[in-house]
Amino acid sequence: MNWFTKTFSSTVGRKIIMSITGLFLCSFLVVHLIGNLQLFKNDGGEAFNVYSHFMGTNPIIRTMEIVLLLGFVFHIYDALVLTRRNKAARPVGYVNNHPEENSTWSSRNMGLLGTVILVFLIIHLWNFFVPARFGGLEPIVVENVEYDNLYIKVVQSFQIWWYVLIYVIAMVALAYHLIHGFQSAFQTLGLDHKKYTPFIQKFGVAFSIIVCLGFAIIPLYFFFLV
Amino acid sequence: MAGSNPNAKPMDLTLKVWRQKDKNATGQMVTYPIKGISPDMSFLEMLDVLNEDLLRKGEDPVAFDHDCREGICGMCSLFINGRPHGPERGTTTCQLHMRHFKDGDTITIEPWRAAAFPVHKDLVVDRSAFDRIQQAGGYVSVNTGGVPDANAIPIPKSIADKAFDAATCIGCGACVAACKNASAMLFVSAKVSQLAMLPQGKTERKTRVENMVAQMDIEGFGACTNTGACAAECPVGISLENINMLRSEFIYAKATSENM
Ligand code: HEM
Ligand code: SF4
Ligand code: FES
Repeated sequence: MNWFTKTFSSTVGRKIIMSITGLFLCSFLVVHLIGNLQLFKNDGGEAFNVYSHFMGTNPIIRTMEIVLLLGFVFHIYDALVLTRRNKAARPVGYVNNHPEENSTWSSRNMGLLGTVILVFLIIHLWNFFVPARFGGLEPIVVENVEYDNLYIKVVQSFQIWWYVLIYVIAMVALAYHLIHGFQSAFQTLGLDHKKYTPFIQKFGVAFSIIVCLGFAIIPLYFFFLV
Repeated sequence: MAGSNPNAKPMDLTLKVWRQKDKNATGQMVTYPIKGISPDMSFLEMLDVLNEDLLRKGEDPVAFDHDCREGICGMCSLFINGRPHGPERGTTTCQLHMRHFKDGDTITIEPWRAAAFPVHKDLVVDRSAFDRIQQAGGYVSVNTGGVPDANAIPIPKSIADKAFDAATCIGCGACVAACKNASAMLFVSAKVSQLAMLPQGKTERKTRVENMVAQMDIEGFGACTNTGACAAECPVGISLENINMLRSEFIYAKATSENM
């Protein structure tokens, strides 16, 4: 192995990858949420459909889509490798164990929370991304230009109670994943100082709650108010 | 016993202890009732009483590690009631007193659990993985010659204090025992950062962190998820700051060292 593969296959190096990809995924969440806010515009979905058309066709966005996919792949791959290694590091467990005395639940269940997010991600992509990208949506004309009506697909999907429930559960899982993960990512990079660490910790909790609440409000809004 | 409290009532307890004949045997929890334990006894003295009982009955005494019995050697290593070194924070098993338990209590006693710390017998685990990590880089090479003047190397007080705090790690392994991943990051980071901060340790700075992390991985310890369980259970209060310093040392070394 050369120095590069040695670095990133060590336990410390793999976490560096998880941390960078994790923070990158956080930045994606912000962009995704801001874009989705157009669903709340009272224009029959016009702004949202134009926006989603732009996201599906702009070459910069399409390139970033590949980067995003790679981010998920590396994050999930190292999550798998490390979680398996961590389980193997304790083949025999304790008969009596009280981890709640020394650590938070979310910090001990990142793999479980991540799996919930992954399952959600597959459902979510299947329902919205696949038809938006590969066809299957109704057309709609805005100012003489034809667009895919992704908006109506969103409205219809969120009339189904169990679909709304899946979204809310997934966002709770994501919130807990990030309440531990956001500040953890900075520690993983060795970024720890009394000047800024307390801020990162508070910001991370606020970020997790605000972003996940923002996403969860969308299905609830369409279910109860539209 | 010196300083014992004549009013302290002796306690009757039920112990559930991990018994395992040797490295290859399958072990199990065995229940022992024990009577007349003084609250002034240390946890290890209580086990001494149990072992005297067992010897009188012609049974095999419970094997457990201990040496100094004053909280400095790091040999004692028991997972008591679901916590390394028992319920008290900042305390080694040898410094844990029976006054923290109540008459009628059931106490479970298990060995540290980690693939890298195989059980030798009963409650004794093999912690030589820590020795091998130390040998991989946890030292400072000093060439022979005259003894330098005590004040020849200036070290700022704040740095000296931090290095000293890291140096208080007694190598007990409670951090590994507490961690859900059986990760040795707190131990390794205490050793790495202690020497990285001091001028004497700068010469081997990059190679040290690279080799110690590599050895830690070879030994089969888990990765660090930043749960903080290690620092919460560490009997001498080694802080998580050390783990983060190990990481910045690691990144700096990997980016700049001569080792390919
Ligand atoms: C939008 C989605 C996601 C975001 C924003 C995200 C973010 C993060 C962040 C910031 C961390 C902290 C990294 C560190 O401690 O250095 C993390 C850790 C983790 N993530 Fe994710 N993640 C996401 C999805 C997933 C998925 C789909 C999985 C698994 C299938 C997953 C599994 C994990 C695991 C297991 C850890 C803990 C690793 C460890 O510390 O041992 N995550 N995540
Ligand atoms: S860091 Fe603390 S818990 Fe870990 S070996 Fe050192 S003294 Fe023991
Ligand atoms: S026996 Fe030495 S620290 Fe407990």
